[in-house]
Amino acid sequence: MGRKLLTEHINVEGINTFEVYRKHGGYRSVEKALKTMTPDEVVEEVKKSGLRGRGGAGFPTGMKWSFLAKPEGVPRYLVCNADESEPGTFKDRQLMSKLPHLLIEGMITSSYALGANTSYIYIRGELLYVLRILEKAIAEAYAAGFLGKNILGSGYDLDLHVHPGGGAYICGEETALLESLEGKRGNPRNKPPFPAVQGLYARPTVVNNVESIAAVPVIVNEGGDEYAKIGVGRSTGTKLISACGHLNKPGIYEIELGLPVEEFIYSDEYCGGIWKGRDLKAVVAGGSSVPILPKELILKTAAGENRLMTYESLSDGGFVTGTMLGSGGFIAMDETTCIVRNTWNFSRFYHHESCGQCSPCREGTGWMEKVLHRLEHGHGHMEDIDLLVSVAKQIEGNTICPLGEAAAWPVAAAVRHFRHEFEWHVTHAKEAAQPGAVYRANAVLV
Amino acid sequence: MAKITFDGVEVEVPDGTTILNAARQIGGSIVPPAMCYYTPLKGSGGKCRACLVRVAAGSAKDPRPMPKLVASCVTPVQDGMVVENTTSEQVLNVRKGIVEMLLINHPLDCPVCDQAGECDLQNFAFEHGVSTTRYQEERRTFEKIDIGPLIQLHMTRCILCYRCVYTANQITDNRVHGVLGRGDAAEIGTYIENIIDNDFSGNVIDVCPVGALTDKTFRFKSRVWFTKPVNAHRDCPKCSGNVVLWYKGKDVLRTTARKDQYGEVKEWICNECRFEKKETSDWTIEGPAHIDRSSVISANHYELPVLNQSVIADLPESTQRDLEKNPPLKLGS
Ligand SMILES: Cc1cc2nc3c(=O)[nH]c(=O)nc-3n(C[C@H](O)[C@H](O)[C@H](O)COP(=O)(O)O)c2cc1C
Ligand code: SF4
Ligand code: SF4
Ligand code: FES
Repeated sequence: MGRKLLTEHINVEGINTFEVYRKHGGYRSVEKALKTMTPDEVVEEVKKSGLRGRGGAGFPTGMKWSFLAKPEGVPRYLVCNADESEPGTFKDRQLMSKLPHLLIEGMITSSYALGANTSYIYIRGELLYVLRILEKAIAEAYAAGFLGKNILGSGYDLDLHVHPGGGAYICGEETALLESLEGKRGNPRNKPPFPAVQGLYARPTVVNNVESIAAVPVIVNEGGDEYAKIGVGRSTGTKLISACGHLNKPGIYEIELGLPVEEFIYSDEYCGGIWKGRDLKAVVAGGSSVPILPKELILKTAAGENRLMTYESLSDGGFVTGTMLGSGGFIAMDETTCIVRNTWNFSRFYHHESCGQCSPCREGTGWMEKVLHRLEHGHGHMEDIDLLVSVAKQIEGNTICPLGEAAAWPVAAAVRHFRHEFEWHVTHAKEAAQPGAVYRANAVLV
Repeated sequence: MAKITFDGVEVEVPDGTTILNAARQIGGSIVPPAMCYYTPLKGSGGKCRACLVRVAAGSAKDPRPMPKLVASCVTPVQDGMVVENTTSEQVLNVRKGIVEMLLINHPLDCPVCDQAGECDLQNFAFEHGVSTTRYQEERRTFEKIDIGPLIQLHMTRCILCYRCVYTANQITDNRVHGVLGRGDAAEIGTYIENIIDNDFSGNVIDVCPVGALTDKTFRFKSRVWFTKPVNAHRDCPKCSGNVVLWYKGKDVLRTTARKDQYGEVKEWICNECRFEKKETSDWTIEGPAHIDRSSVISANHYELPVLNQSVIADLPESTQRDLEKNPPLKLGS
């Protein structure tokens, strides 16, 4: 059994209330930090822990915190990114609705470390019920003296607000999120300046994912070194994985980083194998934007080593034979999955969600979607396959924010690993256009 | 001050200058194209990606190349930076791609578009694009939208550069227009069928790089290259009153603000000057306007010759005397 650092008490009756949460050791990190540690010492612990951003990019959290500009007399902010809308990723929602106080505790401890006196949780607008849960929990925390003025008599003040977003995937991109939080259209900003220097209201700001912030209490309580002992190499601690698709037991699992992918998919402790006794065809390991890998390459690296659930192992082989851990949105596809249809589906999402500021993403996402639509519906040509790759290339690296890449990578990777399926959609156009038509053969390795 | 090398040319510029503006200090054909950046508009730039360049060395302190191409219009220079624009194959290729993308939903109806002849996209596509497209899907089209008696919005041609939005935001009170929708469904529109009436609203026409926003008092009266631009001014209580009058014969067909060589407005003008003063007697005429752009307009030799000072000294005496009476414009003025 892997250790559960965040979700140990998730099934305890009433754990969403302050009282029960407190009884199970809740808010200890606030007491410890505010009473016995300086803000810099908290930052130091987070650095030692090796915690990496759980929102997708995997940037070391402690290092990000230490970049925060601290000009005299200027407020700074901590903003929690609870927008979560990448297809396949649904872990933050669960964490917040079941363990709202864990996030609030993390917000207090982290805000203290960063010297922020006002903090925000920017939550996906559709998650109204979670927003209500959080608001109730925040009210309880205020009442108990863990929020507001002079918290626990330490002289430290913090106000915490929850803000519902407009329901756009792009509002999860950190600078678009800040624009939206300021009441503007959620368009990503040009960088530099980075949020650490000019973020919310042009003040120094840290934006962190829900799960990253929820890990801070554990780190403060147990110490960064203890936390860093869990995991493998630079992938420390535990990670929530939202597993979906053709699995016997889809769900949200807290795993210790370093778990072999094979064990995650097939062991009974986790996903319990592929449903209906079918064979696994492909996996998207970190949310829909990361490159898809065929079965052979997700279980083992190109060098034949066991693939592990770590940032490094999953990205071994780069974008040729590897992928990314991303936000941990693990989508398994069985042998009956049509890769072309799936790619078209992903593409539809990014086309719909592009903010439309930059020409390559605005026009390119629509273009790819339309070509994929054609291929899927039996109107494609052989040239279309290379066209897709070429359009993806025109987008990649040339946009303001990484949504461009998020749209381009899945398409490029699907063609890279499953070109024969795209070709089959051209050569067997009539068959392919039938609902549920699937090319069945083992994926060809690169 | 920061010293940078741009396409092999060294230039020294004040700290905080963008790469694009540093390149403009050098001038000439190495300057990256800009479809969305507009110096007078705060916050503009970064969107069209036409001006992407390769930073081969970030700075003297950190000489590593930047991993991705950067938008030169919003990226500040660092001392010791080495930038590649026309010297980078990658940049030129990406630019072809940007043209292809921009032309996906921009109709090639230049023959009937009022902006033909002074369209940034036309120039950009001509200089940086390829002559074919691989796009074969349906293109987006729009019904024409009425936004008032003075300005015509033809969304089909819009490339979503946001310049008009920044203009309305920054120089008019009570902005009623902006961007609606997302992605390639995004469009310029007004707040609930509003019309745009503001003393300075006409400036959105001048900043629009394409023919999406045009002057209703001028539409279809003439192709721009048949008109003659003349600098003129009047004593205007609202704006500087410095304009360009576009003549056909004796008639003023159109009035615009004065623009620099990059098509950027130097001084905003009010709607009264732009739309209502169409008689020569309303104005004090200064003389022919020099349009120094890679545009078909500048191909017309209706203006005084533009001569390089150094050339004049070598001319025959009689010609020099002629020039004294009828002085040529100095290069770049
Ligand atoms: C289009 C797009 C959508 C994103 N959506 C989310 C999101 O929903 N939640 C999130 O935490 N990060 C999201 N990110 C990543 C954030 O920009 C940012 O990197 C992250 O919130 C930083 O937190 P971390 O360092 O704790 O991971 C998104 C990025 C992009 C480009
Ligand atoms: S890449 Fe796409 S989503 Fe990101 S800023 Fe550009 S158009 Fe908007
Ligand atoms: S209408 Fe013109 S100025 Fe406005 S966004 Fe479109 S192209 Fe740019
Ligand atoms: S001019 Fe630089 S991105 Fe548009």
